[in-house]
Amino acid sequence: MKDILAFLCSPSDSTHRHGPHDRIVMSSRVRLARNLRDHAFPGWAKKPERVKVLDLAMPAVCSMPEMADSFAEAMDNLTALDKQLLVERHLISREHAAKNVGSGLVINRTETFSVMINEEDHLRMQALRPGFQTREAWQAIDKLDSALEKKLSFAFDNELGYLTACPTNLGTGIRVSAMLHLPGLVLNEQINPIIQSVNKLGLAVRGLYGEGTEALGNVFQVSNQMTLGESETVIVERLEKVLAQIIEHEENSRQTLLEKKPKVVFNHIGRAYGVLANAHSISSKETMNLLSFLRLGVDMELFPGTDRSLVDELFLITQPAHLQKQVSDKLTAEERDLIRADMLRERLKTVNRPLVKNPPPPGTN
Amino acid sequence: MQCCVCKEKPATVHLTQIVGDKMQKLDLCEDCAKAKGVNDPTSFAMADLMLGLGASQEIESVAAGLELKCPRCGFSQADFKKSGRLGCPECYRTFAEGLAGLLKSMHKGTRHVGKAPEALRQSRDTVDRLKTLQKKLTKAVEEENYEAAAALRDEIKLLGGGTAAKSR
Repeated sequence: MKDILAFLCSPSDSTHRHGPHDRIVMSSRVRLARNLRDHAFPGWAKKPERVKVLDLAMPAVCSMPEMADSFAEAMDNLTALDKQLLVERHLISREHAAKNVGSGLVINRTETFSVMINEEDHLRMQALRPGFQTREAWQAIDKLDSALEKKLSFAFDNELGYLTACPTNLGTGIRVSAMLHLPGLVLNEQINPIIQSVNKLGLAVRGLYGEGTEALGNVFQVSNQMTLGESETVIVERLEKVLAQIIEHEENSRQTLLEKKPKVVFNHIGRAYGVLANAHSISSKETMNLLSFLRLGVDMELFPGTDRSLVDELFLITQPAHLQKQVSDKLTAEERDLIRADMLRERLKTVNRPLVKNPPPPGTN
Repeated sequence: MQCCVCKEKPATVHLTQIVGDKMQKLDLCEDCAKAKGVNDPTSFAMADLMLGLGASQEIESVAAGLELKCPRCGFSQADFKKSGRLGCPECYRTFAEGLAGLLKSMHKGTRHVGKAPEALRQSRDTVDRLKTLQKKLTKAVEEENYEAAAALRDEIKLLGGGTAAKSR
């Protein structure tokens, strides 16, 4: 069995990648759903047909130049822990992690492309980029798709476009999304009106791991919902516009908080630091929520000499599967909480207490 | 006003959802609203509800022995109700009628605009062009502008029209 952890970038490397606006936009992705013309969709196909589709799709995907150096494996060859690890890296969906025989995945070494085979559709291919790069991600996946269509014949209808298992993905089969860190809007209690207005524009706001998940650590995913009746470029551009506005609102919220409620902000950041740097047992959920404030503190320059990537790395390696991967024994949740706290204390040893900034005198700004 | 699900009791729950520039309305009686889980109007998707509506019509047709099945994969409308997903690409043709309303409620439009596989792109453009020409031709004939009509007919012929225009 190939070792997925050895293949993937180290958490430190993967969180050191930068992109535009990455203090708010953690990453951008564009996913395309495609199906082979003459086969039943994965949810309806019997096992032999799914295996056949996998055998057709896997070599085709691996032959793409973008996937020259890639990790390609059938899902039944991965352990539950490895699958969970991939979910924590946002490389596969939770739905795909539950798949076994007849499903597979191909991930390139730089983790900029991930192709799920026989998830809800025969192919779910996505391009991932750090920061606000939705357009670049679209261009990258468009190119991969164009090359792949020469090897596989996709189900396409002149009226309905690309045919997908679920009618909600019909047409372009595109999902453009960005992962946003919005502690300012949450603290300023502006997040709900923002979510509502984003929803009104036909866009979805979801939690950290997509559909039906909580917004742990003040991380939200914004994505398009409608896929039919508009071109990919129009969809990408609309999302870009909305994202630019959310970024602006988040920056304004942070500014307003510093002016109007500096004590509230500094209290959150100071307490987050206090707990993270001193706890002896801490859950994954609490860790994420506190790391969010630590990240905000770094953004507000309260931790000179500390890079945001340290926080992002901790955000990743303190999650259950990443933590379990670092020790050989199988841990219980309680044991994980102890090890997580040890790790946080160790890594935050070199980070000094947050600076105490005096609120700006009235009349400035 | 009657409930649009059971078509028996008076509707007391009225829902309006605006997506983009489209407005959808549903009128439900209290029992049906509860059954559909519409207690909190913010937490449900109209599309889900519409899905259920199509399904109730489908139940009637099963009773009448008319249940529609996809000839290619054997998927039925009842299966769609269960999973919300279709069986195979061909299902879109099989269930086209029932899907039309659903697609309208969930998307911006009902016709794909955007990328097409390169092999089909050309024929797709041709089909579009032929459609426009056919329209012009009809108009020219109506206006008794036979000279223009003849030119249009020639152009349609050149594009291999007539046959290609019908098979979408």
